Amino acid sequence: MRELSLHILDVVENGITAGADCIAVRVEESAPDDRLQITIQDNGRGIPAEKIRSVDDPFVTTRTTRRVGLGLSLLAAAARRCGGDITVSAPPGGGTEVTAWFRRSHIDRAPLGDVASTLGMLILGNPHVDFVYVHRLDQNEFSLDTRDIRDQLEDVPLNDPGVIQHITASIRRSLQDLAGGDIHATTREDTDGKDDH
Amino acid sequence: MAKMTIEDLKRIKEHTLKATALRQGDARVKITVHMGTCGIAAGAREVMNALMQEMAEADRQDIRVVTSGCMGMCSSEPNVTVEVLDSEPIVYQHMDANRMRQVFRRHALLGEVQTDFALAKM
Repeated sequence: MRELSLHILDVVENGITAGADCIAVRVEESAPDDRLQITIQDNGRGIPAEKIRSVDDPFVTTRTTRRVGLGLSLLAAAARRCGGDITVSAPPGGGTEVTAWFRRSHIDRAPLGDVASTLGMLILGNPHVDFVYVHRLDQNEFSLDTRDIRDQLEDVPLNDPGVIQHITASIRRSLQDLAGGDIHATTREDTDGKDDH
Repeated sequence: MAKMTIEDLKRIKEHTLKATALRQGDARVKITVHMGTCGIAAGAREVMNALMQEMAEADRQDIRVVTSGCMGMCSSEPNVTVEVLDSEPIVYQHMDANRMRQVFRRHALLGEVQTDFALAKM
């Protein structure tokens, strides 16, 4: 994947397929520690204990449409390429937690990319699911919880196109502010999404 | 917290409530963007972005957009399925932002199937 936000989109879609109705994404960047960590936690039905060790094996999948599962194996490969790794665990409360970390300054680390449209389309495409997004960059933090927005909107559906455009634009602005002049914490918009497998 | 002012949300809310009151009823068109790993890697997010813009411009309450997983036709991704009420669902293949805009304006809004991009009837 060309952007880390596409990996996020992919893993979140896994959680939705597993029946989750609330998904929390946390991005933590630390310049002093030279680390970028992404945590995605869902409350779906979870991964069976006997499969959890083989999640990054592309030939292990629960899907029925084809015999290979690529999502987590691609993320694992991306992380290991950058001096990081992934862990997949089943928290006591149920669901699945995927954590991937990267050496932030590694030359092969893909940019975070367009997180705003990733979140916008997740909200648009999955109106029954709530999303929590927290992004921490050193001391600064941005957070968004669709449950708060739902409260304010009252009867208006969260996936109304006007609402989505507004949410996407404001996430984009906030993340740009968060990144400030830091070129490593990109919110790139000019991506065409073609993957170089 | 985001710079999503409560006033902005209120404004959107009032606008949407008015629009919804004008056209009550169920969805007439359902557009599914397939977003498995294969679709995402092939550019489904850009397709979805274009669709979101078109939806906001068209301001139609009877069109519903959903995402789904992989259909097993990974080599033709990004795939988009358009279902118009009382007609066969059409799967479009190798979509990009421009094709999506065309399919939205011609098929979803006017009912003209864009056979050049179609992969299959379901």
